[in-house]
Amino acid sequence: MEWVKDKIRNFCIIAHIDHGKSTLADRLLEYTGALSEREMTNQVLDQMDLERERGITIKMQAVRLNYRARDGLEYQLNLIDTPGHVDFSYEVSRSLAACEGALLVVDAAQGIEAQTLANVYLALDHNLEMILIINKIDLPSAEPARVKQEIEDVIGLDTSEAVVASAKNGIGVEDILEQIVAKIPPPGGQVQAPLRALVFDSHYDSYKGVIAYIRVMEGTVSNGMQIKMMATGKEFEVNEVGIFRPALTSVGVLRTGEVGFIAASIKNVKDCRVGDTITDARQPAAVPLPGYRKVTPMVYCGLYPVDNVQYDELRDAMEKLKLNDASLIYEPETSEALGFGFRCGFLGLLHMEIVQERLEREYGLALITTAPNVVYRVTTSAGEIIEIDSPSKLPPAGKVELIEEPFVKAIVMCPKDFVGAVMELCQERRGTFSDMEYMSAGRVILTYDLPLSEIIYDFFDQLKSRTKGYASLDYELSGYRESNLVKLDIIIAGEVLDALSVIIHRDKAYSRGRQLVEKLRSLIPRHLFEIPIQSAIGNHIIARETVKAIRKNVLAKCYGGDITRKRKLLEKQKEGKKRMKQVGNVEIPQEAFMAVLSVDKK
Amino acid sequence: MDIRLYIHVPFCVKKCRYCNFTSYIYSETAANAYFDSLLQEIKLYSAALSPREKSLSSIFIGGGTPTCLPVQKLKAIINNVRESFHWLPGCEVTIEANPGTVDRQSLFELRQAGANRVSLGVQAFQDCLLDRLGRIHTTAETLEAVSAAREAGFENLNMDLIFGIPGQTGEDWLETLSGVVSLSPEHISVYGLQLEEGTPMERAVARRELQLCSEELELFMYQAAIRYLTSRGYVHYEISNFARPDRKSAHNLGYWLNQPYLGLGPGAHSYLRGERFANETTLVGYAGRLSRGEMPVAAREDGSVTVEMSETVFLGLRLLKGIDLAAFYRRFGRRIEDVYGKEIVLLKEAGLVEVAGGYLRLTSKGLPVANVVFMEFI
Repeated sequence: MEWVKDKIRNFCIIAHIDHGKSTLADRLLEYTGALSEREMTNQVLDQMDLERERGITIKMQAVRLNYRARDGLEYQLNLIDTPGHVDFSYEVSRSLAACEGALLVVDAAQGIEAQTLANVYLALDHNLEMILIINKIDLPSAEPARVKQEIEDVIGLDTSEAVVASAKNGIGVEDILEQIVAKIPPPGGQVQAPLRALVFDSHYDSYKGVIAYIRVMEGTVSNGMQIKMMATGKEFEVNEVGIFRPALTSVGVLRTGEVGFIAASIKNVKDCRVGDTITDARQPAAVPLPGYRKVTPMVYCGLYPVDNVQYDELRDAMEKLKLNDASLIYEPETSEALGFGFRCGFLGLLHMEIVQERLEREYGLALITTAPNVVYRVTTSAGEIIEIDSPSKLPPAGKVELIEEPFVKAIVMCPKDFVGAVMELCQERRGTFSDMEYMSAGRVILTYDLPLSEIIYDFFDQLKSRTKGYASLDYELSGYRESNLVKLDIIIAGEVLDALSVIIHRDKAYSRGRQLVEKLRSLIPRHLFEIPIQSAIGNHIIARETVKAIRKNVLAKCYGGDITRKRKLLEKQKEGKKRMKQVGNVEIPQEAFMAVLSVDKK
Repeated sequence: MDIRLYIHVPFCVKKCRYCNFTSYIYSETAANAYFDSLLQEIKLYSAALSPREKSLSSIFIGGGTPTCLPVQKLKAIINNVRESFHWLPGCEVTIEANPGTVDRQSLFELRQAGANRVSLGVQAFQDCLLDRLGRIHTTAETLEAVSAAREAGFENLNMDLIFGIPGQTGEDWLETLSGVVSLSPEHISVYGLQLEEGTPMERAVARRELQLCSEELELFMYQAAIRYLTSRGYVHYEISNFARPDRKSAHNLGYWLNQPYLGLGPGAHSYLRGERFANETTLVGYAGRLSRGEMPVAAREDGSVTVEMSETVFLGLRLLKGIDLAAFYRRFGRRIEDVYGKEIVLLKEAGLVEVAGGYLRLTSKGLPVANVVFMEFI
């Protein structure tokens, strides 16, 4: 198809998890013939196994569709997929910057959710044209009129042209495509201008090197061109230019307004940063495109190989993962208990779990994750201000003047029947009430000030279980405040296990200390000797439990010559041991290092 | 090398609640089909094995409950084995029997046919505990079976006991031990109850209808058995086994020394020519294969030297005397310290094993936690 800038439409889809974004994307692909039905596996855009299993989109994908509209003309539509979870709002903002419009998909039965709202505000900040879609109208519980009213009340968008659709049954797909063509503006920018292309994502290919996903804002990029990365200053020769159909397809050239990819034998991950601007090395642009907002990890934890010999493999895997996930940050760390590993920063808990799972699944590593923590700001008695991202970095109590912790403004949406339950949870988590607002049809928006550290301890799971899954949550950092915090240590067989230390509010330290040792007692297997487990604040022991010694473990029966079976039983016991970390004389299972996270679960 | 022969009789009057061995409720039709198939299997092996592999140093007819077959059938099996194999001088011929399924006449006939050892499933001396286990017999029947065996001319008698039965007290166990000793068997096996997956007892424990003994109580029972039986002249020669001097079970010693054996019957296991294999467990599967003239083997496992060494160690350590280090070297051409040096040093430091008089053996500290020791050699 010939390049006509006026016929290009670049857009993304904003939706809450489960509101049908991936299904809608599949329908658009199908309808425009980007894929034959035979080629369709379910939900093409969610490529990672993990995404499909969890039903969420983590990694964004892009695809080009050719669509002949009712006006008889052919259009080039570029769809850039966006993640739906609160942890990934940074990724959302990257894809929004590459678009002129957004499809806002809202479930006709469930209405607006907190994360949808957050993403809508992001989209409005980017001046994107919004197309409203009320999805899942095939459901018996669908209430499109109520949901439209809610959108008008809460977001203030005109819903008179909202498309009522069922992505599952293919209802409304053509209307959506027509609105994309009619309402979303074509891209701006001059094709004669020097090249400026935005890197909005990338992945690593072992043959081609870094594949940069780009949106050409101005100028043209083609095979053989010498390009320059404006942030790093590195130059490369382009050896492939292509588009997503959705498989990578070479086209030789991309012009102003188009979305596609380039490969330029970029071997080093660090040379092609997401958010950078690519320009023509021979005729460079004067200024780069406005950069993305810098990522600030909210949650930190230690990642260690169970077996220390896997350290190098872990480092290589992190480096590869970082290429596909710009928001992941890490630096080497050593723990007395766990040896060499990394301190990693994540956007949130889900992000952390996903990275851990990908490392284990895609790279075959056995990992220990320490309990997550936030970044604390410590003023020392010398008046120095330091930021610590690990409890082990906290100076001794005598040298600490004050500790500040990050707070968030948390927005919870839920039916009004659950307001009490949500308030109770927020109070338990040291929250301060700040606002309550009624939406239509008995739904409420609650706003609370909460310490971030309280949110990362299974707040989301608790919220879901206490509201029967009806509540949704969004939060943003609101600043640092002083808190009465202490470091809680865990002592196993007389040794402080640095990887299990946590920073915690003094009022909660005693109960958490007790719960933790109880939990650890149930997780640490019995050894041939007794293992005392204690929790302490400074030198003060606050709780103690004991893992009793094994007294008897012997296979008595003869099994009539079935030696194989005997061996298998022993192998099974041995296998359990392998997954454990040897700390001193004690073998500690992986779960123990995450025990802090689950002590509140009843 | 001479071998040991095991014959599995997969029938019982009633399944015990803790048992997961291959066993079915006895019926005449099923027993006849089994009998024909077994004779066929004996014939196949008789043709396939070398004369040396047919030289038997022991025979063990186990189950199930072998004595729920009619005695003529059992005699026919023994006679068949006698014709198809060669019995070495002093061949130990054991038949398992449960009280309540034997009398003086049937035992006499088995003795005449060539059996010279009886292994009785006594388990406990309290009728309520026997009932809880799902046994069909009473303590009175145990006493009758013992005198019947003696009268029938058996001079080598084993009694199986179980400790750690839900509800069993320390006193119950001491009563069982003294009851058994008063009957003066030549051999006593003492097994800790093992909760097997899929058994009625496991389900009852899962439903909390039954409660297992505490580990402390089990340990007490185990140590009480060792103290009591050794004080009464029994030699503790294997983790679970006690015998009068020179009355160790020749058949079971073969297992612990990791020597070859041939198992016949459904679900029976064999270790022959360095290979472990197991028969079909169902009666239909077993009979079907044999009726087509095939060996009824369902699963084979190729042995490697690594596996053979590891099995030789964890089986050999079950013997209180330990592993004969010179024999290990003769068998594998390597010193045990060169194969498992690190493990042995670690276990020695922990006080769980020791080397004495050319043997590597468990210490009294290692004995009750033998699995932890064995694991190091896996």
